[in-house]
Amino acid sequence: MLNVARAELRKLRRPTLFFGTMGAALFFTGLITSFTYLMIDSPRGNGDRGRTIGREVLGLATGSVNGFASVGGFLGIIALCVFAAQTAQEYTYGTLRNLLIRQPSRLKILFGKFISMKLFAIVMITVAAIVSIAISYLLAPGAKVKTDLWFTAAGFKAIFTTYINVSISVVAFGLVGMILGLLLRSPISAISLGVLWLLIVENLLIAVRSSLRNWLPGAQLSAIASGGETDLSYTHALTVGGMYVVVGVIVASVLFVRRDVAN
Amino acid sequence: MPNTAISVSDLSKKYDDRLAVSHINFEVPLGTVCGFVGPNGSGKTTTMRMLLGLITPTTGQGHILGEPIEHPDKYLSQVGAMIEGPAFYPALSGYENLMVLAKLGGFPIERVQQLLDKVGLKERGKSKYKTYSLGMKQRLGIAAALLPEPKLLMLDEPTNGLDPEGIQEVRALLRDLANEGTTVFVSSHLLSELEIISDHIVMLRKGEIVFAGPIGELMAQQQPTIIAKSLNPSDLNRIVEIAEAAGHHAVIRNDTVHILAEMDWAVVLNRAAFDAGITLAQLAPQLPNLEETFFEMTGDK
Repeated sequence: MLNVARAELRKLRRPTLFFGTMGAALFFTGLITSFTYLMIDSPRGNGDRGRTIGREVLGLATGSVNGFASVGGFLGIIALCVFAAQTAQEYTYGTLRNLLIRQPSRLKILFGKFISMKLFAIVMITVAAIVSIAISYLLAPGAKVKTDLWFTAAGFKAIFTTYINVSISVVAFGLVGMILGLLLRSPISAISLGVLWLLIVENLLIAVRSSLRNWLPGAQLSAIASGGETDLSYTHALTVGGMYVVVGVIVASVLFVRRDVAN
Repeated sequence: MPNTAISVSDLSKKYDDRLAVSHINFEVPLGTVCGFVGPNGSGKTTTMRMLLGLITPTTGQGHILGEPIEHPDKYLSQVGAMIEGPAFYPALSGYENLMVLAKLGGFPIERVQQLLDKVGLKERGKSKYKTYSLGMKQRLGIAAALLPEPKLLMLDEPTNGLDPEGIQEVRALLRDLANEGTTVFVSSHLLSELEIISDHIVMLRKGEIVFAGPIGELMAQQQPTIIAKSLNPSDLNRIVEIAEAAGHHAVIRNDTVHILAEMDWAVVLNRAAFDAGITLAQLAPQLPNLEETFFEMTGDK
């Protein structure tokens, strides 16, 4: 299994993929974190869906990671795309047969791939966290936000908690991508379906019936990143989101193990 | 230690209502080069996939190096394979692609460069796979199959896309490997290629075995042909009459007479033609080649 992970890391570290993904993550991190401070007085709000995050909130011990928590959903979508592409491309390139000839245990292949992609995601999340906190610290004085509490014991605890929550959320989004990749066996189909669902279909469904927010997968995984939201608790999001991922992983793994590799 | 590299018994694969491989039985002895022959769609690749654990047989059993095919983990570390053409990551170089497989299989990484040299990709090893010609891709596929220093090498159409020089190199490589003790199981639609390098032949047609055994045994079953050509084309019919009078089947094809007879009957024909005043421009006994044998056995031509 570790051999699978090592082999997979060689693919993930290729410059186009690595720097492309990091670039996208840094772009969204910089953009969303900057908006939190630069649009603090905007009547249209400076948070998700027009929410306003005031100076008082940003000045709390949790203030340094407010921007980072908001960017969690975007990092999740990036992870979904990477995990889906890396999984489904084995079918489109026909390379799955090479992998299975060298490692016949299909579950080891899956788990090894997951470990390497998780490491990749953790690097992305860590870089995003550092950049987001740095941008927040640099923009806070201009936005008249106090940073006294940010680097106290409570502040570091908030950074750690948010980092864990965002990591859980992003890896879960990635797993959804991996599941779609295994089920659809095509990177384009897996990414299109995943992104279309998360960015458009779910939002439309929630707009039509707001109570669905408590049950749709994307909403749960985004809520985990922000440590729970006013109308969606962290525990509920973790339970429902976790159930989606567990069921998906079981179904995709069983299919992957049993299905003939005929291409 | 088993004395067969591959042993297959009653092996079948059914897709919906189509039987791709139908109850086949054959054995490949250790240390031989075995040609796996059959037209496109005859079930060669499906059989190879079953032997490599990529697809599950509908019925039957198989053993590779003495281990059952239900447990590919027990034998695949000793097997190298290239199935249905080479398949690699286009954005990685040939070297990187082999490194991925070397890491995956836990093979020494020094072998990667050695194998690139061996298959003639020394200069292009660092180029991206997507820039390779078909022949270079094929060579990389062979290099990947050789990574584990296999006891059994299974190659599906390894000479596809190769130029004549490349084909000759692959042929020599396979023969060398067999001399070193590697069993080579190779499929190709170029029957003349397999005839040169194979000790054994497995012939497949529409999912069924037509012949499986030593190539010498197969060729010995075939009746030789005597080819005769007269200086004067108008004498061809008289040659046919002489052959038929002696009880041999004869036909005229492209200004020559093809007579189904033992090789030593050529002497008799030569004398009879001389007595009849016919001057022969050519008289040659000829054994059917693998291609002709295949078509004769399958009745495809």
